[in-house]
Amino acid sequence: MSNILSAGTPAPEFTLHVTPDQMLSLKELRGRPVILAFYPADWSPVCGDQMALYNEILPEFHRFNAELMGISVDGVWCHAAFSRDRKLHFPLLADFEPKGAVSKLYGAFRDGEGVSERALFVIDKKGTITWSYVSPIAVNPGADGILEALESLPK
Amino acid sequence: MATLKVPVGSADHSQGPADAPVTLVEYGDYECSHCGHAYPIIKALQKRFGKQLRFAFRHFPLREIHPNAEAAAETAEFAGTHGKFWGMHDLIFENQNSLSEQMLGELAQRLTLDRQALREALGSGAFAERVRRDFSGGVRSGVNGTPTFFINGLRYEGSFDAESLMGALVETAEPEI
Repeated sequence: MSNILSAGTPAPEFTLHVTPDQMLSLKELRGRPVILAFYPADWSPVCGDQMALYNEILPEFHRFNAELMGISVDGVWCHAAFSRDRKLHFPLLADFEPKGAVSKLYGAFRDGEGVSERALFVIDKKGTITWSYVSPIAVNPGADGILEALESLPK
Repeated sequence: MATLKVPVGSADHSQGPADAPVTLVEYGDYECSHCGHAYPIIKALQKRFGKQLRFAFRHFPLREIHPNAEAAAETAEFAGTHGKFWGMHDLIFENQNSLSEQMLGELAQRLTLDRQALREALGSGAFAERVRRDFSGGVRSGVNGTPTFFINGLRYEGSFDAESLMGALVETAEPEI
């Protein structure tokens, strides 16, 4: 398993495609907590997969004014199709070119497979990582850790 | 290991004695096919363990991917206020493949419940808060999909086939063996 960036580390800046014609930079979200959810791939075959679960939990994240971003190495068109199919109400970022560059910055890239880890980061409104967690690749980490991390952010 | 943050209590729908040595909690979604597979397995486990087992069902509807899951959960709650939660629970799972609001109305009728009252309750979201409470508690407890089981407060990480679940329950019920 990768050595992901840990609490206390400034979150590395990045700019990625969020739709085929729109880019998003982490610094645009400064001022509110950010949840980065790296995951291996779109289209995982299980009922209620990680992204579908987070989609349901969004209102709970929003109570903390937090913004959730999914990130994988899938391209923008793949993300667009996946997002539409699963009716996702949060953005998916394409860590596609150069492949996995942002995942690598966060220590959340699996070299052998060429995909992101199932890694979670909570970043405070000043841009510092306050919590991170990497889950075994096949295990959906749920959301309890994220919610606890959001709860312990200074108000 | 994830633990159950909301203990089973009087607000729950449960079967079996409160002082049973084993309490099995399922977070489930009436439209989830895996929960549908688990349904007869739970029945078999209840038969096998009898008074040794308390079973509680909590709602975890994944509404975006299962358009009828929320209405089904609220229908079970509606039936619950008339003392027929489990009757409805069973009927919903037994008709899982043809769920719709129409079908839920028919199931209500079969339990001699007022179909019009159900329609109004679904329309006004009278039981939405009750379902949401189950869901939120599940999220806090680390529920990461459906079904998620807790055995005496600890999340069960094994597979959902009868043999594996049976083994886990036996281990909890008879730790000395």
